[in-house]
Amino acid sequence: MPVTVALYDGQVAQPNSQAQISRADVAHVARLARLALPEDEIERYTTQLAAVLDHAADIASLDIQDVPPTAHPFPLANVFREDAPQPSLDRDEVLSQAPDTEGAFFRIPRILGEAP
Amino acid sequence: MTTARSIAEAVRRGERSAVAILEEHLARVAQTEPQVHAFSLLTEDLARAQAAQVDHMVASGEDPGPLAGVPVALKDLLCTRGIPTTCCSRILEGWRPPYDATVVRRLAEAGAVTVGKTNMDEFAMGSSTEHSAFGPTRNPRDLSRVPGGSSGGSAAAVAAGFVPMALGSDTGGSIRQPAALCGVVGAKPTYGLVSRYGLVAFASSLDQIGPFAANVADAALLLDVISGPDGADSTSLPGEPPSARAKLGQGVDGLRVGVIAELAGAEGVAPDVARRLNQAADALATAGAKVEEISVPAVRFGLSAYYLIAPAEASSNLARFDGVRYGLRERGNDMTETYMATRAAGFGPEVKRRIMLGTYALSAGYYEAYYGKAQKVRTLIIRDFEEAYRSCDVLLSPTSPTTAFALGAKTADPLTMYLSDVCTIPANLAGHPAVSVPFGTGDDGLPVGVQVLAPALGETVMFQVAAALEEAAPAVTTGGER
Repeated sequence: MPVTVALYDGQVAQPNSQAQISRADVAHVARLARLALPEDEIERYTTQLAAVLDHAADIASLDIQDVPPTAHPFPLANVFREDAPQPSLDRDEVLSQAPDTEGAFFRIPRILGEAP
Repeated sequence: MTTARSIAEAVRRGERSAVAILEEHLARVAQTEPQVHAFSLLTEDLARAQAAQVDHMVASGEDPGPLAGVPVALKDLLCTRGIPTTCCSRILEGWRPPYDATVVRRLAEAGAVTVGKTNMDEFAMGSSTEHSAFGPTRNPRDLSRVPGGSSGGSAAAVAAGFVPMALGSDTGGSIRQPAALCGVVGAKPTYGLVSRYGLVAFASSLDQIGPFAANVADAALLLDVISGPDGADSTSLPGEPPSARAKLGQGVDGLRVGVIAELAGAEGVAPDVARRLNQAADALATAGAKVEEISVPAVRFGLSAYYLIAPAEASSNLARFDGVRYGLRERGNDMTETYMATRAAGFGPEVKRRIMLGTYALSAGYYEAYYGKAQKVRTLIIRDFEEAYRSCDVLLSPTSPTTAFALGAKTADPLTMYLSDVCTIPANLAGHPAVSVPFGTGDDGLPVGVQVLAPALGETVMFQVAAALEEAAPAVTTGGER
């Protein structure tokens, strides 16, 4: 038997654990994610996110403090290539796909003076 | 239906012209595509030029490659230079990438002919293709049903006979589940076996590109064409890739097969699907395999872990859609307003839901409880698979808990839709390969898929077992042909 079984076997999810996500949390998260959401969508996502987080209560309640996390299936580190010049993307082709450009640049609305 | 292999063979020998083969397939598209809607874009002009080029090469004594003259379809999140690539999202509508994905280049170099870009759930988020911004795809075997998703367009295109093979991408089952629902073969390779360069990212530690085909040998051929290291993707695995075709037709005598108890008996697995799985296991035993039931306990937590990890990675990946360098821009008074308006207008409801969920799971105060926990569960799943593969060469499970469901059946409740992925998610979390093979039909006469899982880089034995299952499988009689 794998050693890991002993760590969580027998542990059960708390049924109907009410995920504590509020409308204010959802509005805050929408701001972090740079999504302008109308009131009714915030309302809907509050209910739907709570349902998904309720389902995730089965792992949130596991006591697996000593298990190392996996961020990536195979740990490949330091992948090197020859430091040689290669052709890059065609600048005009790239710029032709932008919403707004000026000369060789992407053009954007002003950023100075914005609230943080 | 002729196989991709027989098409390529005939074209290479000069017995059939690639142009004629293309026109046959385009005629089929013209006939039923209006009902099926497998494509987000047809590229007939490009296809005709590619087919003519293949014929020209044959005429001048050159070999166009192992896919000579084979019509293919590409999921619309694979970058094609100068050809619109939308991810079936309003935010990328009309975008023409300035480069080709590595897999697109490899297909062209192998002589394939690109018929079009296929419909999908927006940014590959969904299990039914109903979350496409351009309207749903319908299952060619029953037009009232979904084709599965997110690569539903690619699965439907193969099932309808529009193309003998297609490419999709699989983050939590997006190739295997639609393959099962449409009655075709679909494989998710080992993470890193196929270059992701030019694949629009959803969840980078889970995404893999893989093949769809009407039969196991064609799917194996397509995988062998696209696999192998690529300097443009630093997560692509170095070294010679395993051959998917090496042991096709060699039977399964002496192989050890484990039926995953936790998935065979997972919540929501329908009795008719469970029956087909048992039948498949019996067929392998009859063919000489040693079949046993095996426990992989941590896969029970796969769904919860996945629906935290994948949205977390997506929320980060999709930050690039900011209305600056490509795609839609909805102008606001300043840059923050521009971001917020652009993303609100450009993303559909499912994409917003995942971004919100992922941003929440990564936010201060919740990171450890959700994302951190999910990453630890991922370790548990990998360990339990390692243990299972000590006594088994391959593992078996259902691909989808049910056959194809009706359009609209699961769109109201996101969690219900997410449960469709319960059997396919574990392989993505572990980085392992898995393939869905059609194995008869359910009580409703619609296709059932059986999933064969293998350890990392175990494609050779995985396809060997898949071919044996295909040989033993009861026919899928509805709609298209096998």
